[in-house]
Amino acid sequence: MNTLEVKNLCTHFFTRAGVVKAVDGVSFSIGRGKVLGLVGESGSGKTVTGFSILGLVDPPGRIVSGEIRFKGQNIVGLGEEELRRLRGNRIAMIFQDPMMTLNPVLRVDTQMIETVLAHDNCSREEARQRSRDALGMVGIPSPDERLKSYPHQFSGGMRQRVAIAIALLHRPDLIVADEPTTALDVTIQGQILAEVQKLATNLGTSLVWITHDLSVVAGLADEIAVMYAGRVVEQGEVNTVLDGPYHPYTHGLIGSVPSRNKRGEPLRQIPGMTPSLLSLPAGCAFKTRCTRADAACETMPDLAELSPGHLARCVHPHQGAEA
Amino acid sequence: MALYLLRRLMQSGFVLVAMSLLVFLGVYAVGDPVEILISPDADQEERERAVRALGLDLPLWQQYAVFVGRALQGDLGRSFVFNEPAIQLILQRMPATLELAFGSMFISILIGLPLGLYAGLKPEGRLSKTIMAGSILGFSLPSFWVGLMLIMLFAVQLGWLPSTGRGETALLFGTRWSFLTADGLAHILLPAINLSLFKISLVIRLTRAGVRETMLMDYVKFARAKGLTPFRITFVHVFKNIMIPVVTVLGLELGGTIAFSVVTESVFAWPGMGKLIIDSINVLDRPVIVAYLMMIVLMFIIINLVVDIVYTLLDPRVRLEGKA
Repeated sequence: MNTLEVKNLCTHFFTRAGVVKAVDGVSFSIGRGKVLGLVGESGSGKTVTGFSILGLVDPPGRIVSGEIRFKGQNIVGLGEEELRRLRGNRIAMIFQDPMMTLNPVLRVDTQMIETVLAHDNCSREEARQRSRDALGMVGIPSPDERLKSYPHQFSGGMRQRVAIAIALLHRPDLIVADEPTTALDVTIQGQILAEVQKLATNLGTSLVWITHDLSVVAGLADEIAVMYAGRVVEQGEVNTVLDGPYHPYTHGLIGSVPSRNKRGEPLRQIPGMTPSLLSLPAGCAFKTRCTRADAACETMPDLAELSPGHLARCVHPHQGAEA
Repeated sequence: MALYLLRRLMQSGFVLVAMSLLVFLGVYAVGDPVEILISPDADQEERERAVRALGLDLPLWQQYAVFVGRALQGDLGRSFVFNEPAIQLILQRMPATLELAFGSMFISILIGLPLGLYAGLKPEGRLSKTIMAGSILGFSLPSFWVGLMLIMLFAVQLGWLPSTGRGETALLFGTRWSFLTADGLAHILLPAINLSLFKISLVIRLTRAGVRETMLMDYVKFARAKGLTPFRITFVHVFKNIMIPVVTVLGLELGGTIAFSVVTESVFAWPGMGKLIIDSINVLDRPVIVAYLMMIVLMFIIINLVVDIVYTLLDPRVRLEGKA
């Protein structure tokens, strides 16, 4: 059984200006111990997808349709208390900005022990022990001492390690990581990625790794789903997609990675901006920025399996391995 | 910490000196107490003798020097009217004002915090909107009018609560307090409520703003993602963060209440310092006015210091250091 199966998820925000379809019919699944890279620009709906999985979408937003099956059980529409028991316990989340995720006025031990006690009926001493072990596991030196510190006494990288340690406290089946390395230095980013990869393999934890950084996904993920304007536009095994993208958007994303550029040539970019979700063009949402767009793009193409296990939502796909 | 306290102490000394100069000059500009204190039909000789006895014949700088010299020995002068040491007069009245101020502070926290918390957590609810509208009333109604209305309703119409005086008192630490007896408590209730209305509104608005701001922070969302109960998120994660602005403002308010509860004390005939200072100003009893203002300056200095120390307990990022 897959750890997570998302089917046709629609999460919409009902604002005064109109309905924002932040996530519109997204489907994917993740097996045990596997890593899914959820890739897209800001505003493509990847973070909202992550929050939907944890049932943390705040009003005016809500999940309007679709299923999120966690180990076979549909968790859409579960009561708040049932969701709370899953959150931090079986499904954990790591946030983007480590400077903001820890409460500045509470000590690290308070914030870790409360997480243990929220789900397990054990003694404070045992909870402290487990917190200390978790800190040690993510590579924080002298965890006993560090437990007594406040968040501002840690560097950004160390804080993110603490957040990861908190996520690991209950050895969850699934971790949703929302750009957890974006705010960090490259060297720290590398360390954290290696650490997470090791832990996921050892503990059999599945990961949804949300990022806009393809180089991170290339090294970490098993599968990749590229999102654009609330929809998945391309999906498949990570190497297949990165080596031979079908969708012009994925193509452009890969082309935008500076290190792939030849020295002296102007950097490549995707022209234009992500369209406003309030006024999406009819048909393919990417057509206004696409060089291949024509009259056929006026109707929204389906996400079609163009080769085994490799899906794309495009009328004029690139020919596989030409990238 | 020790260095910090030393530095604070020196700063406080400067503030005291500056204030004493201002107060002294200000009070002498207001008017000549001789006209009020000495009976009009006293002859010239009597007048001069009285003026000399009060030390009013000396030039201003000498009067100030005499005042400072005595003040350093703990003597802030004798009241012209009561012929008692001014400091003693003030200290006699202080417990009454203190218990009234703390009582009103207690009420405002007891009522303001829960209401503000509720209004912050459910900003769209009907009850929240009622609370916020009510807090505007609390801000804008003049306290003397509210005091009169309270007396009319609870003392005159319903006859539930007494409206004047301190009632029965009991002895604690060598002074008499009203809040220790049932009768005293009944007496303190109306003036304390009167004095707390403004502060309740203040606490409501501060708490609500703080809660709404804090609820949007990533660490609250992360706390939810950890699977904490809403109760723990509200009362540990949010609460500790909103206490910082609340403590600051209430600290300043406490000083203001002790110093300037004049109106309420007058309306309820509460024999506190506020009434004493008004009476003293009316008869230009200079030593009492000066001593009172100096006491108030001292009190503000102490309150600010306590607030700063409470900060370090609430916010670990604040460390009291000897930095300028």
